[in-house]
Amino acid sequence: MPSPAFHSPTSVADAVALLAADPGARVLSGGTDLIVQMKSGRVAPTAIIDIKRIGGMIGVRQDSSGFMIGAATPCTALKDDKALAAAWPGVVEAANLIGSVQVRGRATMAGNLCNASPAADSVPALVAARATCRIVGPGGMRELAAEMTTSGPGQTRLAPGEFIAEICLPPRPSGGGDAYLRSIPRTEMDIAVVGVGAALVLDASGTCTAARIALGAVGPTVILAEAAGAALVGTRLDEAALDAMAQELRAVCQPIDDKRGTAAYRTAMAAVLARRVVKLAQARAGVAE
Amino acid sequence: MTRMLISATINGDACDFLADPADTLLDALRDELGLTGSKEGCGSGDCGACTVMMDGDMVCSCLVLAAEAEGRVISTIEGVADGSQLHPIQRKFLELGALQCGFCTPGFIVATKALLDRNPDPSESEVRYWLAGNLCRCTGYDKIVHAVLDAAAEMRQDHQSRRMPA
Amino acid sequence: MNAPESKRAFRLVGTRPVRPDGVDKVTGKALYGPDFVAAGMIHGAILRSPHPHARIKSIDTRKAEALAGVKAVVTGADFPSSTSHEILLGEGTGNVRYASQNCMAQGKALYEGHAVAAIAATSEAVARAALELIEVDYEVLPHVMDIASAMASDAPLLHDDIFTKGLDPKPERASNVPLRFTTARGDPAAAIASAHTVISGKFTLLPVHQGYIEPHACVASWNSDGQGQIWASSQGAFMIRELTAGILGISQANIRVTPLEIGGGFGGKTTIYLEPVAMLLSRKSGRPVRLAMRRDEVFRASGPAPGGEVEITMAADADGTITGVELEFKLMGGAFPGSDTHPAAFSALAHYNIANCRVTGWDVLCNMASTAAYRAPGAPQTVFAVESCIDELAIKLGIDPIDLRLKNAVRPGDIGLMRVPAGEVGYVECLEAAKAHPHWSAPLGPNQGRGVAGGVWGNYGGSSTVVVSVADDGSVLVTTGSPDIGGSRASMAIMAAETLEIAYEQVRVNIADTSSIGFSMLTGGSRTTFATGKAVVEACEAVIADLCGRAAAMWGVDASGAVWRDGAVHCLAGEQKDQVLTLRELAAKANFGKGPIAAEISLNATGILPGFGVHICDTEVDPETGHVAIVRYTAVQDVGTAIHPDYVEGQMQGGAAQGIGWALSEGYLFDKSGRMENPGFLDYRMPVCSDLPMIATVMIEKPNPAHPYGVKGVGEVPIVPPLGAVANAVSRTIGLRQRDLPMTPDRVWSQLQAAKA
Repeated sequence: MPSPAFHSPTSVADAVALLAADPGARVLSGGTDLIVQMKSGRVAPTAIIDIKRIGGMIGVRQDSSGFMIGAATPCTALKDDKALAAAWPGVVEAANLIGSVQVRGRATMAGNLCNASPAADSVPALVAARATCRIVGPGGMRELAAEMTTSGPGQTRLAPGEFIAEICLPPRPSGGGDAYLRSIPRTEMDIAVVGVGAALVLDASGTCTAARIALGAVGPTVILAEAAGAALVGTRLDEAALDAMAQELRAVCQPIDDKRGTAAYRTAMAAVLARRVVKLAQARAGVAE
Repeated sequence: MTRMLISATINGDACDFLADPADTLLDALRDELGLTGSKEGCGSGDCGACTVMMDGDMVCSCLVLAAEAEGRVISTIEGVADGSQLHPIQRKFLELGALQCGFCTPGFIVATKALLDRNPDPSESEVRYWLAGNLCRCTGYDKIVHAVLDAAAEMRQDHQSRRMPA
Repeated sequence: MNAPESKRAFRLVGTRPVRPDGVDKVTGKALYGPDFVAAGMIHGAILRSPHPHARIKSIDTRKAEALAGVKAVVTGADFPSSTSHEILLGEGTGNVRYASQNCMAQGKALYEGHAVAAIAATSEAVARAALELIEVDYEVLPHVMDIASAMASDAPLLHDDIFTKGLDPKPERASNVPLRFTTARGDPAAAIASAHTVISGKFTLLPVHQGYIEPHACVASWNSDGQGQIWASSQGAFMIRELTAGILGISQANIRVTPLEIGGGFGGKTTIYLEPVAMLLSRKSGRPVRLAMRRDEVFRASGPAPGGEVEITMAADADGTITGVELEFKLMGGAFPGSDTHPAAFSALAHYNIANCRVTGWDVLCNMASTAAYRAPGAPQTVFAVESCIDELAIKLGIDPIDLRLKNAVRPGDIGLMRVPAGEVGYVECLEAAKAHPHWSAPLGPNQGRGVAGGVWGNYGGSSTVVVSVADDGSVLVTTGSPDIGGSRASMAIMAAETLEIAYEQVRVNIADTSSIGFSMLTGGSRTTFATGKAVVEACEAVIADLCGRAAAMWGVDASGAVWRDGAVHCLAGEQKDQVLTLRELAAKANFGKGPIAAEISLNATGILPGFGVHICDTEVDPETGHVAIVRYTAVQDVGTAIHPDYVEGQMQGGAAQGIGWALSEGYLFDKSGRMENPGFLDYRMPVCSDLPMIATVMIEKPNPAHPYGVKGVGEVPIVPPLGAVANAVSRTIGLRQRDLPMTPDRVWSQLQAAKA
């Protein structure tokens, strides 16, 4: 197996051209999935396109449309952006549960999304927060909702030659709050057995006017549990509402038994965590930005 | 198989080395540069024995391609001491018996320094979560955590006394 | 806590100086197994069987050999055939034929990951590329991965020459059961039949790995004149020499093994996997060859501790006297015989004085890696069942669990299954210290529970050689053949400096290669501070006698007139009375006077005493998720004398942490095709820093009369109590007896759900 070529383009156009020229090329951001998979023989790229030296790939921008997070921004850097951490603490925390501090010095949310593990930690939080991906490729730029980006374990809806340039988050809605929790066997370092992200909007009286609940590791891709979210809208997030939400959640879970957990456990934990994460999001929704 | 010439700053020195595109920074440090202080425990970022600093971030060097090191500033365990003068973290690890076989120790020392450079007064819980990416099988972590907290206290003291007027 | 009996006042023993090898280890300079580089070195890689059980019909290496950069190829055909013979390795024996076949398959692949061929090439990348060009024709055979399947009468056989030892009459048909061992005293069946209370249980455990962070690695260089060198990290350089020589059919003097620093072993590095392969690659290529395992190879192809089943019935009187125990265990030894049957059997009840007991153990083969020693091999498994049963008994009888253990604890003079009276054992003292410890009476919060468990390990003595020599400036060099796996250089320096009555810094400790010093048994079995330490002390005493003799001659007095004190000889009689000759002064005159000052001691240390531990564990269980958190942990242990308390505490804390991982989160997982699902640190879950609290330690010092400083082995005991301590804590927290390890969140949760129903 010959060694791959290595390129460090400094513009999106150059990166797109390199990818187009070599169908066996892979994009490198943080490398925490790609390099592991190269070493285990799971992938054998013919070229590696390091996008970290492209201007704008690393860093968080903010304008009236919300936040634009460069695709190669390491998870640990998200914590340092005070505005982002205040607006979407669930997303930032989720990203900062991936691996270890060392891994988070490299891993990116875009990479986490594109690796398309059903258990990816940042994904349920991104989906709950209505994140979108700005994708570049031979056909130009397009946007795709985070929940539409993955189509199965290890599979994305990115076309050949495309890669994510930015992840965009809307501004935090007034009365909004988000949170993410996961179940792992130890206290750190594990892949999520179940992950639940929730983003709520409460009105001045504390009534829920919008709710998005997303589940990780209970299906082949992230599940946006629309009925579960709907069960919370119009309520004050009382026990009956949470019970109704949990019921809807269990209905959409389609987990498997694997070395990290049983299907029964995952479904049960989805409901347990969802209650806890909704309470967290609710507490945050009450806090002014 | 064409190797690339990489130039980086390692422990303050300008270094040039050859790397295959598939080589990791850990491979380059150990096999090309003879810096065997960073260890391979797993090769997949799960044990932290290969921890180094790259442009101020703590990373697993087994998850960085050697080619990515081009132009970067890297520090390894070999650069923690100031010449022959041990860093307080190194001294505390020795004084408190925070190593048994010593294999994980370089990774822990680099990780500890990264923590204390950012957070000079961490709680026990903050120390434990920061170091969760560094596996130790010998010590049960108890003496390591004590050494980190002690080193932090000593470094805060040093910092204070350096700031005091003469 | 009882005061230790007549504790001597020591200058250095019991203090905590910095270890002499410390600076190298905190600066990254120390050279471990994977760090060594030999001039002209090339790189090896191993092809491993993807099948758990297969006949190897042919191996075609021609394409691999033709790849540019490939310098040598080795297969099982290159290994000399050896008769099945045992060699003494210390705590157990090693079988040379099995060791050879484990290093490289000879005819059959017996587990996924079993080495079938090896390549040496100019780079590791070329070597690995060459592996893909080797064509192996496998005839896949059915595999067995569990006890029932392995023991079934129609089970596929791993070997066709295994006839269960210990069965009478000897079986006529071969099986997958190398050994059945039983030992008994009194009449346990009668005791159980007439007992006031009987508790029974069946306990299960998965295989677990020692989890050392440093993967196996070595460099070997074997010349055409038959002389070879090996550089490797290991728990025993002489063990490497002996096994490699045995496997390759060469004389031991022809191999020099240089021990490098070792990144953890815990028993897993008391055997070899790579060295004979590297030697053969080196012989064929004419170059030194480096061969190392990657992490997944460590899991698949080095030896874990066996999993299995333990069934126990325990009978007691109303007052808590345990009157009878029947215990039967089956441990899965993997591809080759040897799953710690004897130590598992003898450790099960050795901390108690039980008049009627029978312990029966079975070694069962299966298609996974051949098991190897892991810290107190066999004891954690059987003691887990015993300590859980005692806890259940305590609850049933309404007796405090420590009091129940005190009632039945082994005391000096008691005779157990090993049929020798117990010596100055300290289990009672440990139990009393645990009971008096603030942890035992600390309040518990909601969803919390407390467990206690005891444990024992017999320890080992064995052979060591030590040389103590004095340079002409009075500095002292202690040379041993015992690799330092956790700070033993510091302990040797302390014992030498204590004996010589000189400064700690005046002593340096060197670990020699196998050609530079006489034999030492490997560093394991909790033997090094005891046996090598004893040799160090005796060598220092010999040096002292020599120095006193030289001084006496200079003073013209007889031996009784020259006595050693505070690092010098003092003249007690004659004209030179009260004269003093220091070590430095005598050393300065030595080399060109009477001759160099040096003493060598070779001994086979006797007088070992077992070690005992008692661990207290508080757990908190999240009733909704089944997560178990360790909220408080205290380890009490009878350590004899703590030469260097930091390193004794370190053994206690490290063993406890391993036991906690074994209890809560570790275990080999296999899929239906017999392949390991979790051969990495991501899914083989060892405790990380945030999983554990501080581990409090209490060292009970009840000195061993057979050691000059009272040392008892301490390294292995601490892994024995935690399985029971954690399981008892969880059992009491949720009110459900835990019998299956690991107690993962989903298993705990499932039990809670079932209990609600």
